[in-house]
Amino acid sequence: MDNSNGSNRPLSPHITIYRPQITSVLSIVHRITGAGLTLGMVLIVWWFVAAATSPGYFRFVDGLLTSWAGLLILGGSLWAFWFHFFNGIRHLRWDAGKGLSLAQSTRSGWRVLGFSVLATTVSVAWLSGGLDNVI
Amino acid sequence: MSFRTDLQRARGLGTAKDGTQHWVSQRLTAIALIPLTLAFLYPFVQLLGASGLAVHETYQNPVHALIAIGFFYTTFRHLRLGLQVVIEDYVSSRRARAALLITNALLMRALAVIAVFAVAKIAFSS
Repeated sequence: MDNSNGSNRPLSPHITIYRPQITSVLSIVHRITGAGLTLGMVLIVWWFVAAATSPGYFRFVDGLLTSWAGLLILGGSLWAFWFHFFNGIRHLRWDAGKGLSLAQSTRSGWRVLGFSVLATTVSVAWLSGGLDNVI
Repeated sequence: MSFRTDLQRARGLGTAKDGTQHWVSQRLTAIALIPLTLAFLYPFVQLLGASGLAVHETYQNPVHALIAIGFFYTTFRHLRLGLQVVIEDYVSSRRARAALLITNALLMRALAVIAVFAVAKIAFSS
């Protein structure tokens, strides 16, 4: 295995040999959700550009975003957002020097995961109720 | 096998001088985004599938327009800083890394400018 900086020094055992833990898994999920939300943001900007362009073009883009494929991406983005939101607050607490012990960070990790699922479920339920009134 | 350490190779070169700034900006934007994301998403998600007219009515309200502009500006700054770290950590080829870092720096700023212009155009249209 090569070092990323091009040097030839020996490497310590790599990440693949460690048993996954809630702290390490959530760390990588934070990065994946953060980077993945780029796609949701591009779609949202496209939607705003369409609304600023013309009613016909807005109907086309809005139709794409509210198609089953569009809603699947937006629904996934919604969970990614809620996860990144709650885990981001967890990170800010760590930056303030709070909740850093092994027991605390394990507990807050599971809590963040639970909050993200709960918030996604509640917002989708609220939204589909709202959509029923519109349609 | 060369046993020269990274520290040995870096010694005498000085720092990049912007590491702390990057770290602080990432956290400042994160704090700002706690209220901004919620305030932006609340009207936005309800406008999905609505008419173009309803979208115009919402964002001609200066409060919603300002929240949306603040949200886009801050989100794309936060996103650019985050993606930069991801690229620096995982892309080892010098050529690909440089290309991706430049693309990220330009594209995230472009998206912010485009989004802000779109909101402003809706807000100022009548």
